[in-house]
Amino acid sequence: MPLIEFTEAGLYCRAGGFYIDPWKPVDRAVITHAHSDHARYGSRWYLCHHLTLPLLRLRLGDIVAESIGWNEPLKIGDVTIRLHPAGHIIGSSQIRIEHKDEVWVFSGDYKTEDDGISGAFEPVKCHTFITESTFGLPLYRWQPQAALYQSIVDWTVATVADGLTPVITGYSLGKAQRILDCLSKTGLPVFVHGAIWNIQQALLSAGLPQPEVKRVQPDLPASTYKGAVIVAPPGADGSTWMRRFSPYRTANCSGWMQVRGNVRRRNADAGFALSDHADWQGLLSAVKATGAEQVYVTHGFQSAFSRYLTELGIAAAEVKTAYGTEEEEEAAATSEGDAA
Amino acid sequence: MKAFAQLITVLGTSTKTNDKLDTLVRYFATAPDRDKVWVIALFSGRRPKRLVNAALLKKWCMEETELPEWLFEEAYHTAGDLAETIALLLPPPVVALEEMRTLASLMDEIIAQDQQPEENKRAFVTKHWKEMTQGERFVFNKLLTGNFRIGVSQKTIVNALAKATGVTANLIAHRITGNWDPVTIPFEELMSETATAADNSKPYPFCLSYAVDDVHALGNANDWQAEWKWDGIRGQVIRREGELFVWSRGEELVTEKFPEYTNLLQALPDGIVLDGEIIPSVEGKPLPFALLQTRIGRKNVTKKHLQEVPVTFFAYDILEYEGKDIRDWPLLQRRELLESITQQANHPLLLLSPVVGFSSWDELTTLRESSRDNGAEGLMLKNKNSIYHAGRKTGDWWKWKVDPLTIDGVLIYAQKGHGRRSNLYTDYTFAVRDGDQLVSFAKAYSGLTDKEFAQVDAFIKRNSIEKFGPVRTVKPELVFEIAFEGIAASNRHKSGVALRFPRMHRWRTDKKPEEINTLDDLKKMLEAYGK
Ligand SMILES: [Zn+2]
Ligand SMILES: [Zn+2]
Repeated sequence: MPLIEFTEAGLYCRAGGFYIDPWKPVDRAVITHAHSDHARYGSRWYLCHHLTLPLLRLRLGDIVAESIGWNEPLKIGDVTIRLHPAGHIIGSSQIRIEHKDEVWVFSGDYKTEDDGISGAFEPVKCHTFITESTFGLPLYRWQPQAALYQSIVDWTVATVADGLTPVITGYSLGKAQRILDCLSKTGLPVFVHGAIWNIQQALLSAGLPQPEVKRVQPDLPASTYKGAVIVAPPGADGSTWMRRFSPYRTANCSGWMQVRGNVRRRNADAGFALSDHADWQGLLSAVKATGAEQVYVTHGFQSAFSRYLTELGIAAAEVKTAYGTEEEEEAAATSEGDAA
Repeated sequence: MKAFAQLITVLGTSTKTNDKLDTLVRYFATAPDRDKVWVIALFSGRRPKRLVNAALLKKWCMEETELPEWLFEEAYHTAGDLAETIALLLPPPVVALEEMRTLASLMDEIIAQDQQPEENKRAFVTKHWKEMTQGERFVFNKLLTGNFRIGVSQKTIVNALAKATGVTANLIAHRITGNWDPVTIPFEELMSETATAADNSKPYPFCLSYAVDDVHALGNANDWQAEWKWDGIRGQVIRREGELFVWSRGEELVTEKFPEYTNLLQALPDGIVLDGEIIPSVEGKPLPFALLQTRIGRKNVTKKHLQEVPVTFFAYDILEYEGKDIRDWPLLQRRELLESITQQANHPLLLLSPVVGFSSWDELTTLRESSRDNGAEGLMLKNKNSIYHAGRKTGDWWKWKVDPLTIDGVLIYAQKGHGRRSNLYTDYTFAVRDGDQLVSFAKAYSGLTDKEFAQVDAFIKRNSIEKFGPVRTVKPELVFEIAFEGIAASNRHKSGVALRFPRMHRWRTDKKPEEINTLDDLKKMLEAYGK
């Protein structure tokens, strides 16, 4: 019996009697991180990292949940589980499951470069590794964070100098915190969309210091935003919410911006390939560092990445999951609620 | 190269014309003169000859990156552009030396490689790749394959140059059309007011029109001249100092493609420029555009072509007379002159595009319905007092096209789009019904909103039956109304017809695949409009 089975409801560990990031309601759910495609509503009990818990509560409301720290063994059923930093967003963790002499690791979403916010990705030795593959094509090779931050700062300063308001978009959980970190170097006043504001509040109340920002409010006069930078989720782009910042210029921060066509498709004036996922080299190095004999590849370019691993002599297979819909969910969430 | 690569990135992504203009003005204000000449050349379609083909570039990139072919292909389908795919796949430069070089020096090097054997070209290309940043590689690859095209209008370029140099936009527009060589011409000469007299082939910028929906809004019908809008190639015929030149609207010199026009040399006086339509016709009646297409694609025009597709010139306007630019004469006066010129010429190849007489908008509305029967795609409306503008100007000239032909088909194949739609299935093939068979008849990739494309894309991903390379067979369920401008017989297509400008007119969510049109319906349309 494999330690983790791929079932209708999600990744299931029979020996421990729990699911990991299930997409259907279950009794016991271990959660890698608080993105909506990995942390879904309706399960009876949740387990996650301490830093994920406030975010989980923000998104899922009143749930029964427990949290542990990184590298703290916890026995569930017949297995021992440990969380290890995944470097994806605040609190994001890989899940290591040990049963007798066998070790499996599910990566959740991860990136290999340390962003200074999310914890540094830690390679974990295992027999079987289940990896994501969001950017599993060699097209995706990220620039170092320092260089990208510099480009974002340069663009922002130049936009303000041209008399326009820079509006930078990125997922409200994860990307937005990095954008705010990057912008703190400009010394410019920063306004954020309500969706990002809520996350800042949750992080602050969890004791994590955040850069000082103001919230975009419906009753503020348009002149308030003159000379300031706006940070918003991708769904706000092109909405009527944006009108108050006119004249403005938009930039989108996402790994997809690596390809010019996507910058145009988003209709953004600029695109920065700032990603919270590993690039091609990052995925390869992570897989190799685990020393795993068997690799399962989930959401992303799973067929290309697993085929390439197989050609390298690493046994790999693709697995269908319901992950990888962050973008759509984000867009839906911001168009419905929070008109401010 | 750094500045040029940045310019291309901004022009390629910026959503605001003003931003594009400002970026160009800044570039023209600071770039070296020879680089400016090259930028103008590239934007006006004067690309250098292709140095290497796409297959070789791909091969060299695979060798440099040691990636298997299937993975290269996968990347290419995702990025949607070969130059960009290669730029992204190569490892970052160790030293970005290219930043210091100029665009012109790179162009010199590229041109110098022309006669070199393949191995030398390979060494040249890979050496540059290693010294270039990703953005520079992208433009370099585009220059190598000779398909450099950036989405900015000639008008924007002209306005930017006018702003940067202080020379008037009209003059620049005239200056940069015509025959000049970016390798030899100095920037000052290209921009100077006196230097152009020497170039006899130089055409004028074409006066273009906007589409009109409600002609009543144009005011008094008596102020307007109506003509048929022909479906051919807009062109200028120029006779200066005993030589004859033919230009197409794409600002290409096409004299050699239409050898029959040399006969006009004797028929026309010297120092004359005519604007008109290049159309095949028999006894003054235009033939379908598809026939002309069979000729344009050829390197050499054969005797057979000349007989089967005899090309004529339907003259609309006269821009130069006795060597004098008369574009600022009112239309009526130019028309009068044009009529007497064509009469004197009295040549079967040179026809006067007739004026359509009418006294009220309602009468014209009825006349427009007969456009297709006359071989036209609608009407042109020109203000009788209008001058011949350079480029597109609102107000004086309007096109009033007839509604397109339409047919309902079902989506059967899909392929990912290129460029900005490279992650979505947006290129579709449609079929009509023939008994219980489906017969493909058209491909289309435009006409839907981004939202509709996203919905169709989601349907395709859930309902694909088979995968052949990049093509997916899709469950025949979604019905679309396909609009097109013309129809012609074709033995290269399964359906036996080829459509002109097919596009998705509407997504017929109200129709079931059983209700689509049949192959017979298509054949009837061919009978009616394609002969
Ligand atoms: Zn995630
Ligand atoms: Zn994910």
